[in-house]
Amino acid sequence: MAIATQAGAEGRRPYLRVAGLEKRFGSFTALSGIDLTIQEGEFVCFLGPSGCGKTTLLRAIAGLDPQTGGQIIQAGRDISRLPPAQRDYGIVFQSYALFPNLTVAENVGYGLVNRRMKRPAIAARVQELLAMIGLPDSGPKYPAQLSGGQQQRVALARALATSPGLLLLDEPLSALDARVRLRLRGEIKELQRRLGVTTIMVTHDQEEAISVADRIVVMNHGHIEQVDTPDAIYRTPASLFVAGFVGTMNFLTGTKSDPGRVRLGALDFRVAEDALERGAACTICARPEDFIIRNVGRDTPNAFEATIAATEFLGPVVRARLHIPTLPAMPVVADFSLNAVTDLGLASGRAITVALPPDRLRLFPGAPA
Amino acid sequence: MKNTGKGLVATGVALSVLLGAGLSAAAAKTQLTVYTALENEQLRPYKVAFEKANPDVEIVWVRDSTGVITARLLAEKSNPKADVIMGVAVTSLILFENEGMIEPYAVKGADALRPAFRDAKNPPAWIGMDAYMSAVCYNTVEGQKKNIPQPTSWADLLKPVYRGQVVMPNPASSGTGFLSVSGWLQSKGEAEGWKYMDGLHQNIAVYTHSGSAPCVQAARGEYVVGISFEYRASQEKTKGAPIEVILPSEGVGWDLEASAIHKGTKNLEAAKKLLDWTATKEANTLFNNYFGVVAYPGVSKEVPNYPKDAEAKMIKNDFAFSAKNREAILAEWTKRYDGKSAPKAK
Amino acid sequence: MTVLAEGGRRPGIDRDAWVMRAGVAGIALALFLAILLPLWSILSKSFEDRSGAFVGLANYVRFFATPSLADSILNSLFVAGMTTLLVVPLAFVYAYALTRTCVPGKKLLAGIALVPILSPSMLPAIALVYLFGNQGMIRGLLLGETIYGPIGIVMGQVFYCFPHAVLILTTALSLADARLYEAAQSLGTNRRRVFFTVTLPSAKYGLASASFVVFTLVMTDFGIPVVIGGRFNVLATDVYKQVMGQQNFQMGAVVAVILVIPALASFVVDRLVQRRQVALLGARSVPLIPQPQAGRDRAMLAFCAAVGFVILGILGTAIFASLVKLWPYNLSLGFANYIFDDYDADGWRSYWNSLKMAAATAIIGTAVVFTGAYLVEKGKGAGRQVVHLMAMVPLAVPGLVLGLAYVFFFNAPGNPLGFLYGTMALLVICTIAHFYTVAHLTATTALKQLDPEFEAVSASLQVPFWRTFLKVTVPVCLPAIINIAIYLFVNAMTTVSAVIFIYTAQTKLASVAIVNMNDSGAIAAAAAMAVVVTATSATVKLAETLVSGVLLRRTQRWRAR
Repeated sequence: MAIATQAGAEGRRPYLRVAGLEKRFGSFTALSGIDLTIQEGEFVCFLGPSGCGKTTLLRAIAGLDPQTGGQIIQAGRDISRLPPAQRDYGIVFQSYALFPNLTVAENVGYGLVNRRMKRPAIAARVQELLAMIGLPDSGPKYPAQLSGGQQQRVALARALATSPGLLLLDEPLSALDARVRLRLRGEIKELQRRLGVTTIMVTHDQEEAISVADRIVVMNHGHIEQVDTPDAIYRTPASLFVAGFVGTMNFLTGTKSDPGRVRLGALDFRVAEDALERGAACTICARPEDFIIRNVGRDTPNAFEATIAATEFLGPVVRARLHIPTLPAMPVVADFSLNAVTDLGLASGRAITVALPPDRLRLFPGAPA
Repeated sequence: MKNTGKGLVATGVALSVLLGAGLSAAAAKTQLTVYTALENEQLRPYKVAFEKANPDVEIVWVRDSTGVITARLLAEKSNPKADVIMGVAVTSLILFENEGMIEPYAVKGADALRPAFRDAKNPPAWIGMDAYMSAVCYNTVEGQKKNIPQPTSWADLLKPVYRGQVVMPNPASSGTGFLSVSGWLQSKGEAEGWKYMDGLHQNIAVYTHSGSAPCVQAARGEYVVGISFEYRASQEKTKGAPIEVILPSEGVGWDLEASAIHKGTKNLEAAKKLLDWTATKEANTLFNNYFGVVAYPGVSKEVPNYPKDAEAKMIKNDFAFSAKNREAILAEWTKRYDGKSAPKAK
Repeated sequence: MTVLAEGGRRPGIDRDAWVMRAGVAGIALALFLAILLPLWSILSKSFEDRSGAFVGLANYVRFFATPSLADSILNSLFVAGMTTLLVVPLAFVYAYALTRTCVPGKKLLAGIALVPILSPSMLPAIALVYLFGNQGMIRGLLLGETIYGPIGIVMGQVFYCFPHAVLILTTALSLADARLYEAAQSLGTNRRRVFFTVTLPSAKYGLASASFVVFTLVMTDFGIPVVIGGRFNVLATDVYKQVMGQQNFQMGAVVAVILVIPALASFVVDRLVQRRQVALLGARSVPLIPQPQAGRDRAMLAFCAAVGFVILGILGTAIFASLVKLWPYNLSLGFANYIFDDYDADGWRSYWNSLKMAAATAIIGTAVVFTGAYLVEKGKGAGRQVVHLMAMVPLAVPGLVLGLAYVFFFNAPGNPLGFLYGTMALLVICTIAHFYTVAHLTATTALKQLDPEFEAVSASLQVPFWRTFLKVTVPVCLPAIINIAIYLFVNAMTTVSAVIFIYTAQTKLASVAIVNMNDSGAIAAAAAMAVVVTATSATVKLAETLVSGVLLRRTQRWRAR
């Protein structure tokens, strides 16, 4: 009954497969064409704006709101039509959903009592779990006597008590204040790595997703936009939506001209990608941190002149709002290191020359929504 | 985990079953459901005496005023609950007989009873217990205080001095009320009878639900005059109320309290035992504790404060008339007097 | 890990969902049989003649053509209107004193205002007879008018309806947003203007609701007019006379259907009003804490004390009446009137019956209502909304109508449920049905405060929902459950309107005995029984306050932080 430590058990074999999943509420389609494979031991985040269907997908996997169509296979077993109680998962909700009239120990042991376990065995297991979440002495307390973060850890212990094959986290950190949220997400990640339990977390907080997930599933309007590692999601977003949703992004709309080139007003940009036809409306996506300001010369690709309209101090970097005379309708923001700011004397009103390296740019057809 | 959410419900159901069982714990004896309009205080002595003589039978009374019990029996005709109807006005029993609700039975010892107290048919449909009649209760204390004289006749009650001081039972609900009305209609003739009631209506303060209430209210001085029946009147006087019991000089309407077996009873044998018992001398001696005129000849112990000349004041009574016209009379009465904006509530 | 996990699982059907569905279906069926079908039978009866043939509106035509019956409508509307006009302002001031001023002894005053709820409605009427009857102690105050009629009915109803109005208005007034008052104050608004521009508008839905509730209570109450109505007929007594007096079921059904109309109207308006009220009140309003104001507080205290004196005076009169040997000729006191065997065939048995009935109603009713509300709130299956709708129906059905409906439905030949007729069980069912809505709403409110994910959590832990229901839901909702049980108990003790039609000799209740004894003129014994009933409800209510304090402290330890 000990907690199996399967460190590094990621990505060996598929554990959960969702195929052609669909969910309709009346005439409203909440999910459509969801195909997804999650590897054993993987930590996956469902990320998207509210109403994108991420919680609906989680609840379908949990069997709480069964899907309208499609298949869910968990550990080789088709669970599509199984009631929640016959699936194999533990779940943690934003509201903790701790039983207020039961002690912490009773809450954690709630799922164990049902399993023909002897009383001492249950007590030992509960103690083990409480130690695991760093609350070894809180067993006799009632949930109301704990802080929000502690309550959520108890909820996590309760979900893990029965050693489920799958851990589902439905916005588990949203109800907590910022500092607790940061700490707890690290603890969750650490715990998950230690236990190696396949985990799905729903969140609308991209930073949270990026920091904990092995892979992120970005969702919008009931379908999946992109499934990839946080790094890939950030660096190579698969759609304008992902580009805009994850991190800060500048959108520069223009027209495709010669191969490898995009016309932006009076500017002519070089891009690495080139799948669009000449004359097509397109959008170049550029991260604020991808602007280079040192060693920009006339022959530097995609160099242009701009004026700093305003600056915002963000700590490690200074974010500058740039006014580009040749593109007056397109405000862009660029992040400069403090060193650069000091060295170059960057301040409001300064005219500067910056460049965007072509290999950092992403090109999408059309204009952002 | 057998302790389910439905367990609560099941516990509840079990509890209710237990409660139900508790109620019928004494179910070993034959339970005889007897619908009756007898007075409350009579029920226990009658029950005790009968059950002593017939230990295998237990009486379960369903009591209400004559009108109500009559209406109820009629309403339950298709789904009857009663085994025996006891102590209900003969007028009503004849009505039931006409409706085919009576199981005729030749009561043992009926021959010994006064002829007027048993149904002439063979086998008889009903058997009488005692006679009861209209009587007027007059509160002497209040009368003196308010300068309202003691009435001696029905006609007296029409005088303006009684305005708002007379109470009588609603004949629709009360058998006493009905026998007064039926008495006036029979002794004065229909037209005169209604005319009398029109006049009386001007003086009536309230029509009560039960036949006892008017006399009780007179006894408590709430009103000066109550039209009730002689038994209740003498009872109240005996209890010490400052009242006079008056049988008006024109004669009074009366009825018999009688008993019959309800057709279709599942306890026919027990029912017969009860009817047989009502014809015994012992039973009649009990009845005589309350009523001066009972079915068994010679049983005529004096009832305290019972009006003297009672038998003489009883008008010539045609039960068939009362029974046949009961519905029509009540309809007419209701139309004329029930709920009409009271002249009294100015 | 997965190996272990799979060991604990047994494939099979979704037991939880099926149990829930079966539960919802069961409750739906029960409500259908206990509420809708009887009501349907009363409606159809009003369109039939005595033989059961359909006659369309003939009964209604006959009703309106009978002057005495049509008069009753006007009489009922009159007393209901008068009572509403009197009781709502009184209750408003009283509730205002309790919520918006600093009068001392608020708990006591609030408690006194509730006293009438503990009594059967006959009690104030009986007391009024002793006070203002023809031999009444202070009959001179009526200036020669009679208490038997509209005056007596209205006085009795004001007493009887007062706590209902106070409860509604206290709730409405305690939902004040302090910031509105601060805003008004900072703008230099005077108190009068604040009252008319802030206080009154914020309470207007409460006032509307209270008015409708009072109006309906008076329209459908039977206990007061039957004691003190004299020759002033109202619809509620008409039903009784038509049905019990003359067994004219068709006409009784017509009156019953007519009685439903004002109740239904008030129900609909109340629903609309409540929906608005929710929208009106922001979730983030700041509660208003009244500030002392010597002059106002003294005036309010005087008012409340006067009202309290009248309430306790009426109760005291009833107690006095029950002790006097022979009013007004022998004023010696004693317990002779409590020897009920002298006045009623059933004697004390009807009281024990009431006690049994009330206990069964409280226990079974609470279990059914709470389970039903739970299934509606947390369950699965299409029937949930249907159950919820059916649970709302009794609020719009006067007890008189429900009782009559039970007679028609359960006494109909051929009804397989006919075996219930005349049993204690039917009285319990009828009483539960009669008071279902308020109990259901109390349970629903309590359940809504629970985390909606409890069931999901227990499902994920493979714990059947009913275990969570018993281990978590019920204990957490214990205060509400006790509330429901007491509510059902007190109402079952005092109710007369529904049960008067369906009691039998074996199941006669105390409230019915009160009516019967009063009918036969034994008004002192009737007063005695009313006092016994009131004492019982008061004891239970008091015991609740004491016991629940201790009990809740022990079982609700988790509430403490």
